[in-house]
Amino acid sequence: MSKLSLTLAVLSVAMLVAFPLRAAQVKTAVLRIDRVVGPPISRLDAPPADLGFAGGMLGNEDNRTTGAFTGMDYTLKTQAVAPEQAGTALDALKAEGIRLIAVIAEGDTLKALSDRAGPDVLLLNAGARDETLRDADCRANVLHVSPSRSMLSDSIVQFLMWKKWSRILLIHGSHPEDKQLADTYRSSAAKFGAKIVEEREFVDTGGGRRTDTGHVMVQKQIPVFTQDAEDYDVIIAADEAGVFAPYLPYHTWDPRPVAGSAGLRPVSWHAAHESWGATQFQRRFEKLTGRNMREEDYQAWLAMRVIGEVVTRSGKADPATVRAYALSAEFELAAFKGQKLTFRPWNGQLRQPILLTDGRVTVSVSPQDGYLHQHSPLDTLGIDAPETACRAFGG
Amino acid sequence: MPRFALVFLPAVLMLASPAEANKVFVSNERGNSVTVLDSQSWEVIATFPAGNRPRGITISPDGKELYVCASDDDTVRVFDPETYKELHTLPSGPDPELFALNPAGNPLYIANEDDNLVTVVDVKTRQVLAEVPVGVEPEGVAVSPDAQTLINTSETTNMAHFIDTSTYKIVHNVLVDQRPRYAEFTADGKKLYVSSEIGGTVSVIDVSKAEPTIEKKVSFAVPGVLPEWLQPVGVKATKDGSRVFVALGPANRVAVIDGATDEVLDYLLVGQRVWQLAFTPGEEFLITTNGNSNDVSIIDVKSQKVIRSVQVGEQPWGVVVAPN
Repeated sequence: MSKLSLTLAVLSVAMLVAFPLRAAQVKTAVLRIDRVVGPPISRLDAPPADLGFAGGMLGNEDNRTTGAFTGMDYTLKTQAVAPEQAGTALDALKAEGIRLIAVIAEGDTLKALSDRAGPDVLLLNAGARDETLRDADCRANVLHVSPSRSMLSDSIVQFLMWKKWSRILLIHGSHPEDKQLADTYRSSAAKFGAKIVEEREFVDTGGGRRTDTGHVMVQKQIPVFTQDAEDYDVIIAADEAGVFAPYLPYHTWDPRPVAGSAGLRPVSWHAAHESWGATQFQRRFEKLTGRNMREEDYQAWLAMRVIGEVVTRSGKADPATVRAYALSAEFELAAFKGQKLTFRPWNGQLRQPILLTDGRVTVSVSPQDGYLHQHSPLDTLGIDAPETACRAFGG
Repeated sequence: MPRFALVFLPAVLMLASPAEANKVFVSNERGNSVTVLDSQSWEVIATFPAGNRPRGITISPDGKELYVCASDDDTVRVFDPETYKELHTLPSGPDPELFALNPAGNPLYIANEDDNLVTVVDVKTRQVLAEVPVGVEPEGVAVSPDAQTLINTSETTNMAHFIDTSTYKIVHNVLVDQRPRYAEFTADGKKLYVSSEIGGTVSVIDVSKAEPTIEKKVSFAVPGVLPEWLQPVGVKATKDGSRVFVALGPANRVAVIDGATDEVLDYLLVGQRVWQLAFTPGEEFLITTNGNSNDVSIIDVKSQKVIRSVQVGEQPWGVVVAPN
């Protein structure tokens, strides 16, 4: 160690003693695990390079502004790696002393990361929607800020029931994640009294998703595919793999609306949302990034804000305190959805209203009026405490 | 016949009241207009265009200038309260929402949500005097009765920032509950009420000592109303500090708080999504803007009763009453 750095080290120790508040550092990261996937059906949906990171950066900026008043210094590291490098990337973050990490990954990858991370790390799931991660496969070191599949499917079905469109034609894809999504729609329909009158599977036969004048074939295929269905009010598309759903609206044999993976979609966030002060939030994001906010960005922002809120209120930044405070009755977060967001203490899921969008505007926000719950109307969305198989939260 | 009595009581009170007729100005956020009411007849006497998305609204102490935050025009529009003609605009920074005028009539303190700034504007020279960096999404603005302290609430940082009006430096920060919207001093300058919309509470801050401290958090409960919808926004205290009125947003209620004990005494049913409040100069009446029912409710302050509602423009947001 050189003389200079030794002096600096001594000096910083002295400063730590003199100004304990000033020295408090909160190190966070957004770790994104990128699978290789084909291009989306619509080029408007192509993911930007800074997907999720930008939301994390805005959350970190917000925390830093508040930290300037509370004497907390926040840092954020963003990193994208392939699934096979996920573990080493996590280890490297830990080695840097970063133990509050937002993760945007597939469910299986997140599960592996949580098992690898150990108890002195807190992961905030800002991506995976899998039910099982909040249920039988829940982990004590993971809090979920992204909504689960069943929160999203419940949001849609509540709205359909409000509309009295209770007869559903369920069209699901052939990928495992499509089938999981179809399962949650079946559960939602049973939960709220909708009827799935018929199911069809749209088999992914591979091949390029985009061809010149591809719409010509779509216009012939989809009517035939949806022909001769039982009487129904609405189609629900379960197409998490993104293979067919956007082709359904306007092409169905019967003139019926589409919801789910196309048409009316349940989302954690949408760039057109303006209520509850969201306009300013959207504008701050657009100023920072030059693009519209995506769901992953909102979720990463939420992860950073959960951390920031706990640190501001508790004055501590260790993963155990962040986890315990976030799960406590003290915790609440304003997040431009018209009511406070809190965690379900029995599985670490953030309660939140779900936006229903047609891609242009916020059509509605669930939970719908009239769906009541002994704890919070937000608990009418997703699995509830009595049904959970999660045991990592003392349940 | 209690029903009979209820209907006629307000009329009697109005006749008995010595109140002068004052103009009441209501900004209509969606209607892009200002509605003018007469505070004696409660009739609409005029409606005039006020720019795009008018929200915050206030008037000079001499009653000569009406200030309106035209949020989507990124400016403050200044109107003649007699002719309703626009006199000029003031530089406000982007998306002005709420502001407060120095009790002396100058300067104007404006919250700029997009830039995390409070902008201080001289209303005579129309120059920006200072920009004060504050927390994320500054919203509520209040000036202490002695004009020494400026309060700004930041909605995402969740603080009330205490700013020295001579140096424009932040001297204190008080952490309150989620999404603080509005700050209101008592006339004696000893207490500050800060509403937290999403937190569902009003923090009562003792500002009489060297260090401001929260002495109480008032929370609300109305049978049959989901706790989520009890969202305090606008706050007004009577000059004697005995009563504090709090608009509870989507709960469609105004809470009446005892200023001595800071306990809730009553909830008054008003229009839908009640937002901001204003007293008539003699505090005979309190006017509430009800954004989702396009009306204002008139509360008789002494009897703590809603005496009538008046249709105004689309989505009324702010309200101010001309001085005597």
